[in-house]
Amino acid sequence: MKFLRDTWLVFARQMQLMLRQPVWLIVGVIQPLFYLLLFAPLLKPALGVKTNAEAYELFVPGLLVLLAMFGSLFTGFGLIAELRAGVIERSRVTPVSRLALLVGRSLRDVVSLLFQAALIVIVAVGFGLSVGILDVLAAFALMAVISLMLSAFSYAISLKLRSEDALAPLLNTISQPLLLTAGILLPLTFAPAWLKRVADWNPFSWATDGVRALFAGNPGADSVWQAGVVIGGLTLITVVWASRAFARGVR
Amino acid sequence: MIETKGLRKSYRSRAGRETKVVEAVRGVDLSVREGEIYGFLGPNGAGKTTTLRMLATLITPDGGEAVIAGADLLKHPGEVRRRIGYVAQGGSTWDESTAREELVLQARFYGIHKAEALERADKALAAFQLTEYADRKTKTYSGGQRRRVDIALGIIHGPKVVFLDEPTTGLDPQSRAHMWDEVRRLRAEGMTVFITTHYLDEADALCDRIAIMDHGEIVTEGTVDALKREVAGDVVTVGTAGASAETAIALLRNQDYVRKLEEHANNELRLYVDEGAVAIPHILRVLDHAGVQLTQMELHRPSLDDVFLTKTGRSLRES
Repeated sequence: MKFLRDTWLVFARQMQLMLRQPVWLIVGVIQPLFYLLLFAPLLKPALGVKTNAEAYELFVPGLLVLLAMFGSLFTGFGLIAELRAGVIERSRVTPVSRLALLVGRSLRDVVSLLFQAALIVIVAVGFGLSVGILDVLAAFALMAVISLMLSAFSYAISLKLRSEDALAPLLNTISQPLLLTAGILLPLTFAPAWLKRVADWNPFSWATDGVRALFAGNPGADSVWQAGVVIGGLTLITVVWASRAFARGVR
Repeated sequence: MIETKGLRKSYRSRAGRETKVVEAVRGVDLSVREGEIYGFLGPNGAGKTTTLRMLATLITPDGGEAVIAGADLLKHPGEVRRRIGYVAQGGSTWDESTAREELVLQARFYGIHKAEALERADKALAAFQLTEYADRKTKTYSGGQRRRVDIALGIIHGPKVVFLDEPTTGLDPQSRAHMWDEVRRLRAEGMTVFITTHYLDEADALCDRIAIMDHGEIVTEGTVDALKREVAGDVVTVGTAGASAETAIALLRNQDYVRKLEEHANNELRLYVDEGAVAIPHILRVLDHAGVQLTQMELHRPSLDDVFLTKTGRSLRES
């Protein structure tokens, strides 16, 4: 009860601050829109598909996973700013739930991600993408979980590092290979066998496969439940680890 | 109100390849009474902030024990949090938030309901003369205004003890005087105030009792007056005209209230006495009786810096 109340307090505060600074929203939406407008038209000939709709079916899921990963992985920078301002310390001398400080912030990240994702899907539908509403909702659920995992991870790591200068290279080092082997921009069907084996170890490549199956209208495909299991399991582990690190990491 | 025994904390710090253990606080025993303004004085790096942060539940001590406002620090830190307020040195407000939002959120973090949190925020804003700026973003505030918000945040839940970490560092003289009044007001409202500072005049003007900390240890503790007296008593400077200096020295050396006598240039004598006000009439009588002509007489009370110098071997001003 106390945890839920505290989480709500933290979440409401973070949402209020975010809505006051709509810059994040514009930046967060414009970037994927660039992909949609400037990169997607290359796909029809490149992928050898017949229609734009088919190209979007392959590309939009990757774009959404990309957004979920990158939108959430870098949220730790905001926490470092809060640490520096003394806001975190001020919270820590109160009896507020430590876990709520983490989860409230992560939920803000989830909400902002879902908002951006919804915008992108709407635009893509305008360009000819066709997808079932339940499939989209299932995909959004998976993205919400990814976002929760990565933002919790980001907060815990930034609490350990406490410096933007250390955080930026670390996150870039982690995110680059994850991005490249997740089949986000192009499906891994084109990949040589060794790269596919590498990708098998990348949980986000499972996520991309799952979301693609959903957008292709195959919610019953193996890759959908596999994505759920892989991402769900990893999220559970990450959030438990992150909340412990978070509670302990604040000196 | 605060009782500690043997509170310790050490850090590992890495310099190049070597790991060094820095003993930031090595066994602090404290006893702070209810309703006191208790000052923690010492140079930067003495361990003041580390001690304060331990008492405020922000870092876990390596050893020792403490009871704060009746709650055990190590066993029930949650209970301690409810009973204390803590105001950090570096500020605590978010640039994009307003003072009112910050106060309401902070109150709600203590489990206070929304309506009451709003009411408390209103009262705190008025008490700290912030009502006018209450709904502006804190980034527009002056240093003094921000500091007042910090303190208002620290006491929004009505704690029994409030810890203030160098509350006037970086403030202009006027804001500083203002802040001293705020601290006195907290005490008048029934709070016990524990304050760290490296300003001697601040400790002198504000604190009922002080502890001097150096290299992670408390080197001395007591009321400001008692500490000064213990160290030096008072100093009476006497200037004599012409040849009568020799006579004066001979006479005063034999007075039992003069603890120590020093000769300085220009026939100036420095007499160390326990109580200047008591000694001066005696000195005057003795010298007058012998017909010694006085050119000047001055009573000098020792400063806290003298105390610090005696206890640590160096001056706080130069450390």
